[in-house]
Amino acid sequence: MSRIIGIDLGTTNSLVAYVDEKTGLPRVIPDEDGRVLLPSIVSFTPDGVLVGEAARRQLVRRAATTVYSVKRFMGRGYEDVKDELKFFPYTVVPSESVVSIRVGDRTVTPPEVSAVVLKALKERAERHFGEAIEKAVVTVPAYFDDSQRQATRDAGRIGGLDVVRIVNEPTAASLAYGLDRLKEGVVAVYDLGGGTFDISILRVKDGIFEVLATNGNTHLGGDDFDRVITLWLLEDIQSRHCADLERDGVDLARDHEAMQELRLAAEAAKIRLSSAERTTLALPLASFTYHREITRAELEGLIDPLVGKTLGPVRMALADAGLRASQVDEVVLVGGSTRVPLVRRRVQELFGKTPHSQLNPDEVVALGAAVQAHILAGGITSMLLLDVTPLSLGIETLGGVVSVLIARNTTVPTSAREMFTTSVDGQTVVDMHVLQGERELAKDCRSLARFELRGIDPMPAGMPKIEVTFLIDANGILQVQAKELRTGKAASIEVKPTYGLSEADVERMVEDSFTYAEADVETRMLIETRNEADTVITHVERALRQGAHLMGPEERGSIETALATLKSVRDSQDRDAIREATTAMNHVTEPLAERMMDAALKGALGSRRAAEIMGDEDAPVGTPE
Amino acid sequence: MNFFEVFGLERKLGVDAAALQRRFYELSRQSHPDFHQAAPAEEQARVLEASARLNAAYRALRDPIVRVEYLIRLEEGRDDAVKPKAPPELLAEMFEIQEALQEARSGGLDDGARATLTAQRERLVARREAEEARVTGELSAAWDGASAADRPNVLAAMKEALATRAYLRTVVDDLADALGEAGTAGHTREGHVAHHRD
Repeated sequence: MSRIIGIDLGTTNSLVAYVDEKTGLPRVIPDEDGRVLLPSIVSFTPDGVLVGEAARRQLVRRAATTVYSVKRFMGRGYEDVKDELKFFPYTVVPSESVVSIRVGDRTVTPPEVSAVVLKALKERAERHFGEAIEKAVVTVPAYFDDSQRQATRDAGRIGGLDVVRIVNEPTAASLAYGLDRLKEGVVAVYDLGGGTFDISILRVKDGIFEVLATNGNTHLGGDDFDRVITLWLLEDIQSRHCADLERDGVDLARDHEAMQELRLAAEAAKIRLSSAERTTLALPLASFTYHREITRAELEGLIDPLVGKTLGPVRMALADAGLRASQVDEVVLVGGSTRVPLVRRRVQELFGKTPHSQLNPDEVVALGAAVQAHILAGGITSMLLLDVTPLSLGIETLGGVVSVLIARNTTVPTSAREMFTTSVDGQTVVDMHVLQGERELAKDCRSLARFELRGIDPMPAGMPKIEVTFLIDANGILQVQAKELRTGKAASIEVKPTYGLSEADVERMVEDSFTYAEADVETRMLIETRNEADTVITHVERALRQGAHLMGPEERGSIETALATLKSVRDSQDRDAIREATTAMNHVTEPLAERMMDAALKGALGSRRAAEIMGDEDAPVGTPE
Repeated sequence: MNFFEVFGLERKLGVDAAALQRRFYELSRQSHPDFHQAAPAEEQARVLEASARLNAAYRALRDPIVRVEYLIRLEEGRDDAVKPKAPPELLAEMFEIQEALQEARSGGLDDGARATLTAQRERLVARREAEEARVTGELSAAWDGASAADRPNVLAAMKEALATRAYLRTVVDDLADALGEAGTAGHTREGHVAHHRD
């Protein structure tokens, strides 16, 4: 059997891992620079597509065509997501079904964006092994519905990978912890990532990892923490710098670049507050720099309601498993957001025990995916994962009521059969509307697809007997088959996915994917160099405005000359020339930068915090690196 | 193959939960698709079906109430053998409750009415639990010990008890809704029906 890699396709970061044949242990694969996390960001530039770290550096500069957190849109429709679009600087265009993102003069779907990330990880693994890789296990949030799982599988295909298994993230994590780190008994996996929350309750016994119940929220994670912090900061800036903003003529909330910088500063502050009690944030804006100290208590006040939202699903999962919190033997924390002390505290309070976090919460899911890949490849036979379907599956019946065929938390694979017939004489087509969700009415559940049973022999009403089998496979993905019982022949079914890509769509995207190919190394470096030049240009232009009183006419003259030179070479193909001009620019502005830094320290803040600011990556600017 | 046969069991309701779980894990190791990835397509299809059947069988048998529901379906050969039915001796009380619920829906509850409904709900929950205990206790034991001739009588008694239980569940859920508490409908595992008819 050919090699199968394990991939964690995350909201914020993605990773690839494999099981080392010699040690039998899962390992993550680093990139050429030794980095393990690949930011799940794709930037569409006129020169080509950037992914990962290179794309992350375009977040501010190319806010409109740099796509991040696209996992939130996987398998969703425009209607589902339109309320949160205002938080994203890229444009999602109204569409009938699948979310569609405008990047320059074309549009892409979330699976196509994720495909670029998957392809980069595939290539990373290929470099590592020196061989072609075609198969992967890819993880998804346990609470992902059928459309979201399908979209993930489609992304693999577009990216050139056969996704041989979709695995739920919390269960993958439990596999990574494995038999040597977990006692036999009941395990709760609390998984709070960048955009999604899952809770899974498992029984681990005799090498079997049996999921008893799962619950979650596919729109709750660290992104939402960042969002409340960002909005809070925005309000603070607007009230404290009202006059400055007015003078600059800036509507901050509508300035995509500034908002992106604010979001990144909020995220960085949140991360620092996981280890520090207080942190300082400095954000250069048009004619002024915004300084603010944030304490951990303030952060916790902001995010507490969001952390609280994870507790309901935990209780539901426990109830479905027929267990009380005290009956849970082990608690495992997964996902970057579980580094937040408040999250740990809340989980500990709920279960009354200290959670496990020995394995890096960013890596554990990928490691588990690698273990599952190894099981599928026949490398491990001691462990077996028995997972469940997170949502009830049903069909719409008369009056818009949902008749449940497969209940949530049923172990997969699982199947259900239902008989269908005709209601008028001579009817040759029967419609079925398949839904997922826990509500009684079809309109409150998630529409998965409409199926048309065709080619039924014309008979009096009620005579045909069509047996439809609904099977949820080990991926948690629905397969439907139909048989006319009188004739025994398979009925043909046409599937119209509500929020999914059709087979033809995917085929076309597989072909198109070559046009979305990642820019080659040369181009990538050129884009990076230009990007650096752009950053310097922005900083210098700001310094010329903010530091006008700190320089003489001669100094201003030489800075302006260097700036003009840099701008003139910026669009050329000559990378060396751009780099030289950037270096020269840095050199000539250095004294000014120092004077501005001094002024900022003396002015805006007391000298007590100077050291803090100097050590801060968001230090006041005028200091192009 | 019915679900009892999947586990090599007789059609009896007394099932050792720990032994059933052990057997489920053993059979899962044999038929789970994860261990047959390299097999030819027809073999994989067979394994998938066997695995789905095993999972459905375990779901139907692990819970004592669901097990009785499955037995009734199996014996009667149809899905809708149990329909919610009000127990005759409670009809008067049910009438009162329905009226109180109607009032609650139209105007909200004063403290007195709330206390009355809470007390009624607790009584009905106790009554429902008594029916459940009867089904999984004495009636299940009676089934296992009954002769072929007696079985229809035991089956009828179980159906009646489950019909009462189903009715009480609905009323209790309605009461919980009216009292502004989270409903329990569909949140308990036993509430789900195993929909596999083999």
